[in-house]
Amino acid sequence: MGILEVKGVNKRFGGLQALGDVNLSVEENIVHAIIGPNGAGKSTLLNCLVGKLIPDTGSVTFDGQSVLGRTPYEINQMGISRVFQTPEIFGDLTVFENMVIPAFAKRDGSFRMHAIESVAAEKDICMKAEQMLVEVNMQDKIQMHAASLSRGDKRRLEMAMCLLQEPRLLLLDEPTAGMARADTNNTIDLLKEIKEQRDITICIIEHDMHVVFSLADRITVLAQGTPLVEDSPENIRGNPKVREAYLGEAA
Amino acid sequence: MGLNKSDMTLLIVVAILALGAPFILNPFPVDSGMAQFNAGYPDLMQRFVIFGILAIGFNILFGLTGYLSFGHAAFLGVGSYAAVWMFKLLSYNVLPAIALSVVVAGLFSVLIGYVSLRRSGIYFSILTLAFAQMSFALAYSVLSNPKFNLTNGETGLQVYAGDPQIFHREGLPDVPHLFGIAMRDNFLELKMGGWEFTFNNGYYLCAIIMLVVFYLAIRLFRSPFGLMLRAVKSNQNRLNYTGLNPKPYTLAAFIISGMYAGLAGGLLASMDPLAGAERMQWTASGEIVLMTILGGAGTLIGPVLGAGFIKYFENIFSKINDNVLHQWFAFMPDGMEDFMVFIVHPFVGKGWHLTLGILFMLVVTFLPGGLVEGGQRIANLFRNRGKKKGDDDSYKPDPEHHPKETPHVAE
Ligand SMILES: Nc1ncnc2c1ncn2[C@@H]1O[C@H](COP(=O)(O)OP(=O)(O)O)[C@@H](O)[C@H]1O
Ligand SMILES: [Mg+2]
Repeated sequence: MGILEVKGVNKRFGGLQALGDVNLSVEENIVHAIIGPNGAGKSTLLNCLVGKLIPDTGSVTFDGQSVLGRTPYEINQMGISRVFQTPEIFGDLTVFENMVIPAFAKRDGSFRMHAIESVAAEKDICMKAEQMLVEVNMQDKIQMHAASLSRGDKRRLEMAMCLLQEPRLLLLDEPTAGMARADTNNTIDLLKEIKEQRDITICIIEHDMHVVFSLADRITVLAQGTPLVEDSPENIRGNPKVREAYLGEAA
Repeated sequence: MGLNKSDMTLLIVVAILALGAPFILNPFPVDSGMAQFNAGYPDLMQRFVIFGILAIGFNILFGLTGYLSFGHAAFLGVGSYAAVWMFKLLSYNVLPAIALSVVVAGLFSVLIGYVSLRRSGIYFSILTLAFAQMSFALAYSVLSNPKFNLTNGETGLQVYAGDPQIFHREGLPDVPHLFGIAMRDNFLELKMGGWEFTFNNGYYLCAIIMLVVFYLAIRLFRSPFGLMLRAVKSNQNRLNYTGLNPKPYTLAAFIISGMYAGLAGGLLASMDPLAGAERMQWTASGEIVLMTILGGAGTLIGPVLGAGFIKYFENIFSKINDNVLHQWFAFMPDGMEDFMVFIVHPFVGKGWHLTLGILFMLVVTFLPGGLVEGGQRIANLFRNRGKKKGDDDSYKPDPEHHPKETPHVAE
């Protein structure tokens, strides 16, 4: 059994069947990519995993526990972190403060009233935040406003925030969409590093085939809300059905 | 004290201003023409610090989380009623009165906050406004009938000779007091040359309490809790997906802020043992919003400055009448004098709101960061003088909320 199990999931938006009978099993400690043309339902599927949407039917379990009916913060506390299609960070706060928040969430849970001691007095938390910033090579931007970072750095920061929580499953929704080639390659390198250095399962939605084939151990192709095939990257490359549904269109 | 250097400096400066206010606010000799601009009399000084407390508390909610409550005056009113009831039932000692006003306002804000925080943005503001107007209506009429008279309606709640006052003893003053020290008495009246300085018991109690709660607010601003509140304002979505539940954070901020307002209400009643429903009206809530924005929302000192600024205008500008204006312009030829009085008249006396409105518009338009931003700009101007031209002299919002002291002596 995989760490993430999706069984018989359906989701309709009015008359539109966004997801139709989706079954998916994500093995532990691999990179599992979900690809598919625009509008295939990739983001919808991801939203069903993190509590943003509730499927009409079917089940989603993480590590044997159902995630359905739980709120996004509860699901995060179970060990699932998410990177958004457009980076979601705390723009008004500094890079350092952005990093400290997930560290507190990891240590103290979804709410704790600690209103007297200063943030600076929490030495462990601050050190953890600084270390992670060094790891992602952003230590020189530690006092910058997060909103003033470049798009690539925002993405990097968001990923660092997720990694700091040491999630068991990291979900990425098109992490390189709209990025320049250099930034895309940086992101690939960063993800490769993460994959090698940690016990972490990564589930990535991606449009860019270069990214997918550089990273993925396993690929699911989604078309019109239904998984077409699930296989290794080599086999996906050669699969005529996939070429027709997706790769042909991209080429 | 657990504060970093710049916060400590700020606290010390505020302490000096607050404790030295009777001097600082009375810069003009009593019989000079400028004496009407003196603000160093007990009643007004008490208002400065009490409304300062109110604004500090409001800023914890609005400045940090961005939730704009338009009904904060309700907590002020509730605090006042609670305090006067303590005077009526126990004694004129202000300690239990102040304690109960904080507790009651806290409980009240649990209720209002829990319901209002189900919505955000404009809907939250409208809900708080609706609650405050309901409280006003309750206090003004519903809870004041012969069978059950909690608020004494239009007249306002006050202490009568027939009230129980079970702890009242012979020898204790028949006005609000702290273990026998009457709030309205002055412990020192200094006459130096043409100057007069009044040191009032009530004012110093309020000032010390203000310093304590200001210190607590600084600690809160710098704490993980304060950081989470700023995160709520910045990006609730990210907060949710970072495993944090924004609801209890905002509710806690709402309650703390309500307790600050209750404290202010209790202190108002302790200075003058009367609680009226008009204290809860929406104009009063709006005034709190104005104070905070005018001074600089989200900064530590801004709300206190804003409160001082507005209370100064309310009390000083509203007292300038046509007689005073004629005196000012007496040196002009008669026609000219009348003309000037005619021009200035709408902006003073009862028209002080007009002046305040114009000032508010100017500040919001040109200094979106409020008076604190104005102070920072002036400070930068001085700092950059002497440096080469072309240095970076533009204003930058301070990410750490370390407002520089401004030259306004509104405290
Ligand atoms: N909240 C929504 N309401 C209505 N339709 C939606 C909603 N979200 C997505 N859709 C529709 O569902 C389909 C799948 O969308 P999405 O999951 O975003 O595709 P992908 O991420 O694969 O490009 C699209 O046709 C989209 O228009
Ligand atoms: Mg998408």
